[in-house]
Amino acid sequence: MLQNNLFHDEYVRNYTNASFLVKDGYAFTDGLFSGYSASARTYNIASWSYDTDPATSFANRDMTLQNPRSVFQLMKQHYSRYTPEMVSSITGIPVADFNKVADLVGQMGKPDKVMTIVYAVGLTHHTTGGQLIRSGAVLQLLLGNMGRPGGGMNAERGHANIQGNTDHAISWEILPGYLKIPAPGQKTIADYVAQSAPKKSDKNSWNFFGTNYSKFMVSTLKAWYGDAAKKDNEFAFNFVPKPAGNASWMTIYDQALKGKMEGLMLSGMTAASIGPDSNQVRQALGNLKWLVIMDALPTTSSEFWHAPGVDASQVKTEVFMLPATHWIEKEGSFVNSGRWSQWKDQVLPPQGQARHDHWILADIFQRVKTLYKTQGGKFPDPIMSLTFDYKDPLKPDLDEIAREINGKDLSTGKQMTTFANLKDDGTTTTGDWIYTGSYLDTGNLMKRRQGVQDPKANDPTGMGFYPNWSWSWPLNRRVMYNRASADLNGKAWDPARPGITWNGSKWVGDVPDYPATMDPHDPNAYLPFIMNGEGVGRLFSNGMVDGPLPEHYEPIESPVQNPLHPTNSASPVAFLYDKAAGRPNRFGTATDYPYIATSYRLTEHEHYVTQHVPHLVQLQPRPFVEIPQELASEKGIKSGDQVRVSSKRGKVEVLALVTKRLGPMTVAGQKVYQIGIPIHWGYIGISADSDPSHGRYWLANALTPFVGDANARTPEFKAFLVNLEKI
Amino acid sequence: MPTVTRRGFLKVGVAGASAMVAAGLGFDAALAESTKVKQKLRIAGAKELHSVCPYCAVGCSLVAYTRQNSNGSVELLQIEGDPDSPVNEGRLCPKGATAMQLAVSPRRVESPQYRAPGATGWKSVSWDFVLDKIAQNVKASRDATFVTTDGNGNTVNRTEGIAFAGGAAFSSEEGYFATKLMRGLGLVHLEQQARV
Repeated sequence: MLQNNLFHDEYVRNYTNASFLVKDGYAFTDGLFSGYSASARTYNIASWSYDTDPATSFANRDMTLQNPRSVFQLMKQHYSRYTPEMVSSITGIPVADFNKVADLVGQMGKPDKVMTIVYAVGLTHHTTGGQLIRSGAVLQLLLGNMGRPGGGMNAERGHANIQGNTDHAISWEILPGYLKIPAPGQKTIADYVAQSAPKKSDKNSWNFFGTNYSKFMVSTLKAWYGDAAKKDNEFAFNFVPKPAGNASWMTIYDQALKGKMEGLMLSGMTAASIGPDSNQVRQALGNLKWLVIMDALPTTSSEFWHAPGVDASQVKTEVFMLPATHWIEKEGSFVNSGRWSQWKDQVLPPQGQARHDHWILADIFQRVKTLYKTQGGKFPDPIMSLTFDYKDPLKPDLDEIAREINGKDLSTGKQMTTFANLKDDGTTTTGDWIYTGSYLDTGNLMKRRQGVQDPKANDPTGMGFYPNWSWSWPLNRRVMYNRASADLNGKAWDPARPGITWNGSKWVGDVPDYPATMDPHDPNAYLPFIMNGEGVGRLFSNGMVDGPLPEHYEPIESPVQNPLHPTNSASPVAFLYDKAAGRPNRFGTATDYPYIATSYRLTEHEHYVTQHVPHLVQLQPRPFVEIPQELASEKGIKSGDQVRVSSKRGKVEVLALVTKRLGPMTVAGQKVYQIGIPIHWGYIGISADSDPSHGRYWLANALTPFVGDANARTPEFKAFLVNLEKI
Repeated sequence: MPTVTRRGFLKVGVAGASAMVAAGLGFDAALAESTKVKQKLRIAGAKELHSVCPYCAVGCSLVAYTRQNSNGSVELLQIEGDPDSPVNEGRLCPKGATAMQLAVSPRRVESPQYRAPGATGWKSVSWDFVLDKIAQNVKASRDATFVTTDGNGNTVNRTEGIAFAGGAAFSSEEGYFATKLMRGLGLVHLEQQARV
């Protein structure tokens, strides 16, 4: 695309940072970007900064894209190594097939063409996961497809409401609405904003997020700490916990293995099955003092202490199993991958003694609060002042919480209608600024149901927006960054597929991701990507910790050396938990484990809960692994044979399914086989109940490595090494 | 043959045989004949409620039909794809289509269960028993692992020894509430299914 000038020139020049100049010192040599420290296994990302004008601190740009220090030229040089032959050598895709796809994709850079990339989150399950997603986004920026209807880099998230619960920040590194969790050393809101908010790096950048960061943060603190959040105490900023370092999934179990984690609460999520290296995780669960499971059905975590082969009397963990209600026994919203927040009814009353998760949490919290009141203890202030403005503090209504999330104007008592009106003086609240506008005084917009029963009336643009079906964040906008769907004059790149267009006095179409009446011809008109400091899409980014440009690295366990740079074959910054903790090495090599394995789901199951659903168990009754035909015949394995697949960390003993759909492939000049491992089984469920070993060796994640992507610490579920034997 | 949208077809199906015939959809005589059989619909007189599929995040809408029995209990009669939804237009995958068997199950945990350290079995206990014990554990672990000031003298006010994980099955509002409470307790180890 770069060599044949197939990119969308006007878009790339004006809507991406292709023209930005990068500071001297940035380099890429033999698989390493500049700024690398081998001892710390980290990069100093300051060496990937823009070349700036000292007077304004804005980035210097070259709109001709010819400057050798421009992002465009650096990028062109970086990717010149990726010839079709090299891509084939890395991926195993035959050159002819790759060229066929590349030709098709290359045509999508014409303004009247658009393509989308939809990925299941398995793409994140690599030590290069973050960069794999970025590589798709970079490609889409080059094609001019970001911010356009039918374009984008779209994640299909794997559970009903991961989106909503990520938005609401059940994640160590964020507060609601993707505000960063404060770091140690920040004493004031100003410190926090200075270190967290994006900084304006071009004169036409709006930098909307950076500009409003303190308003969103202060309004959230007001929602949480009410009257205790005052101007003269920095709105109770010191109440917010400040983590010492990464506190994500694998860190929790790493801390438990080190004896530092005392208690764990799990809701609708089973640690023993879902994370990598299940055997090590089960050991970690046994190292806890106490474990609370909130679930409707038994899980491999609630029952880990008496799993097959475990001597329960030796497990010292105190375990609580709390029956929680199912999704259909409560109302509230589920947010889908397209950010549509869809409200659901309570259809059934709770079964048995089941209680809602939030009622269980409210009750535990109130009991803890009473203990602090009567006994005292460490810093009880945040517990004492946390707002509980619900009719029944033990049984908050989800409707009440939805209104709290939207936020209100404290001076009028009215619901906020837009986050643009939030303030940082303590007069407004919001539980999550990106949801402001979802629940107005006139009602809950997430309940709206004007769908395909009348497409003409309900989808006036014909683009499938259905603006009165549910509500999507932010502000019911259906395509984010939609200013990029129109050219510099405000005309749709493709008149047949408009996002928003300028009609001479305002932007029309989707809800504009842009000031509604900002004339595109105004020399001060904002750039289209309003949330970052540049105002444009980042082809080159210092927002990632493992490189400003996506680069291919082999998985941590791989049978081949990286053809691009064999001396730095795997990601030099991937986080190796066991090694960092001084635990014995749990990574294998191709000598002992010669085959690549990858884990995945089947259509008929959803993770582990469907092991309790009779019809789905009938459709996919037994665990199996998929084995390439050629390898199977080498090993004398037929479909239906019992096989053992083992890694350095554990094994599964399941049925073989011999298939033509997996390899072999030729990678880096070698013939390699790949074994496919569906993840759904374990020692709990209908299938396990009828198995003589009770599913003792059925946990797919007994095989997977305890290693994390440097950015997100997502485990490498999708590529690791195993051995295969017929039993 | 006139085009029939899936939604139209489903609506006609619900409205019954006469509508189908009257609409002149060109179904063959045998089918028309078969629809004349007097059969009471399972969902006749049922309450129609709306939900969303509990599995992946495509967000397929569900229609759930319930009936209140004479003893006051609510019975779930049927779950099917919502024909009005722009997301799924009435369709469901095998998982969504069997959501009823997840919703109502003899395999559910009916009451709080407790397993003391080293015990070899569960004990059925009361809600008060477990909630009190958990509250005591939370307070003890919080007090034991709470860090007010770190080694560099920074105020950090964090609880290091308790973790919370979960939420993909929460309604968003529950998830927000969990975040608020856990941060209120000082937790830094917070996780859900976004990474794993």
